[in-house]
Amino acid sequence: MTHIAALLQIAGPTTEPGFGFWFLMTVVKLVAIFTVYMLGAALLTLAERKISAWIQDRHGPNRVGKGWLQPIADGVKNFVKEETYPSAANLPIFILAPVVSFIPALVTWAVIPFAAPWGSRWGIIEMVLAPVPMGFLFILALSSLGVYGIVLAGWSSNNKYAMLGGIRSTAQMISYEIALGMSTIPVLLLAGNVTLSRIVSQQAFGTWNVLNLTIAFFIFLVASFAETNRLPFDLPEAESELVTGYHTEYSAMKFSLFFIAEYCNMITVSALMATLFFGGWDIPFTLWDNLAPHTGLKTLLTLGCFATKVLFFLFLFMWIRWTLPRFRYDQLMALGWKFMLPLALAYIVCTATLIVTLDALGFAQGSVPFHLGLIMFNLAAVVILFMIVDRGRVISPASSRLNRRDIDKLRAVSAPHRPTLLPESGD
Amino acid sequence: MSIGVKVVDRPIGQTSYVRATLTGMAHTLKHLLNPEQVTTQYPEEKESLSKRWRGTHRMLTTEDGKAKCVACGLCPTVCPSNCIKLVPGEDEQGNRYPLVFEIDEFRCIFCGYCQEVCPEEAIHVGRHYENAEYSREGMVYDLERLMAQTHPVCEMWDPADPKGE
Repeated sequence: MTHIAALLQIAGPTTEPGFGFWFLMTVVKLVAIFTVYMLGAALLTLAERKISAWIQDRHGPNRVGKGWLQPIADGVKNFVKEETYPSAANLPIFILAPVVSFIPALVTWAVIPFAAPWGSRWGIIEMVLAPVPMGFLFILALSSLGVYGIVLAGWSSNNKYAMLGGIRSTAQMISYEIALGMSTIPVLLLAGNVTLSRIVSQQAFGTWNVLNLTIAFFIFLVASFAETNRLPFDLPEAESELVTGYHTEYSAMKFSLFFIAEYCNMITVSALMATLFFGGWDIPFTLWDNLAPHTGLKTLLTLGCFATKVLFFLFLFMWIRWTLPRFRYDQLMALGWKFMLPLALAYIVCTATLIVTLDALGFAQGSVPFHLGLIMFNLAAVVILFMIVDRGRVISPASSRLNRRDIDKLRAVSAPHRPTLLPESGD
Repeated sequence: MSIGVKVVDRPIGQTSYVRATLTGMAHTLKHLLNPEQVTTQYPEEKESLSKRWRGTHRMLTTEDGKAKCVACGLCPTVCPSNCIKLVPGEDEQGNRYPLVFEIDEFRCIFCGYCQEVCPEEAIHVGRHYENAEYSREGMVYDLERLMAQTHPVCEMWDPADPKGE
């Protein structure tokens, strides 16, 4: 124990590691992330079922190894099941689609920093697989690839329900992607950079973006639910209307890949929310973890902190799924285009103006009054916004009520064509 | 606007999405943290059956291990689903006994008439329901199998005690 404790306290040089060590560590990180990710997705299916069961006063899976081995049993079942290929399907695309929906979620993890850098004896190791400078743009690019898997699956199945699910998901994901992208612009405005590690350190030394940019977080949260096709936005699946939509025709492991992809997307989006709005791996109320020397202990603790945040968001996903009912399609579109997008745009303008104003007033970025100003503004904005949302003017009823004048106008237009029931002259 | 859709005028004052959502979330969280798990864990726990439960048949036996049945033929006559097959036989002393007595539990509707009509209190419907089989033939219980059943038998409805107290 003491050896490990001593090893964790070692603070190495802050130099770049040699190529050999860097390569070795990259491979280790690669394998570690992949393993944790896959295991996590498997365990999430169990967590989902358990949480749903508890919310509904049930027990949930408790047979295979007290329930813990349920994901393995599911996996084995999916491997030995028969793969069905619809005769009318476009086979190459049909087979490719699950993979296409699965890989972008996985690859996104490459750029997310998950812990403080580790200053090993042989040089400092960034705890991110690929510390690319344009990290955030990479994520935006990949997240828009995710829709292809679903669309191609829906189209290649040659099934009307799958097709409808595919079409719905295209419309939904593209609509909400805009709001998602727009909601992150204020984050970039504050950080002044698209590198994710810079966004994290900006939050670590200042305030978390959830306080600075609460409305951006709100939009990001809602849009990410739509992007991952989770309730209340699971219209592409819609068991009741579309027989699970785009994966109606899929069976066995190909279906399972879609299932895993959904959970992978959830993990990725949760990690993104933690990184962009909740300070990434930053431990709150202390700067100790952000400053050199970078010891192994710090790396482990920050990793734990990051995991906690991600797990919280994953729980939130499930909690909301088992609470809220599904939106109707027109409500979904109205919310996306008429509410989220204008709100995101207005918020960019407001935040930019506020940052410039505060700068002009002499409050430097990162200073306490600067963040106080932002927080005050957000508090007011959140109160006003939620008052409006609460009143139910955003999500429309079945159809808007025509007002009296419009009805009269319509009647006047149609009056000459109305068949007269009685002869005008009378008897 | 689609034709014939009735639009209910929702009072704005009573409509609240945020509060409704938060109430719902609090409700589910309450159940999540303190679930009233009401599911019966079936193979381990079993719900107790009513005394008047009518399930798998059982043929009662005399003290010397023979079936009480005297092959009078009342039960196949009264059986509404025609699931009892009875071939009567007679021994040297002139006592009637069933040569063949089969009940097709698949056809049976578990009305309990056979038990009601039996003058010897031989055939009974039982307080038992776990009678799954791998084949249809397995559901046809012969006399030996009916005698081998050990589950408690149904206490039929008593007009003098309609609530079974």
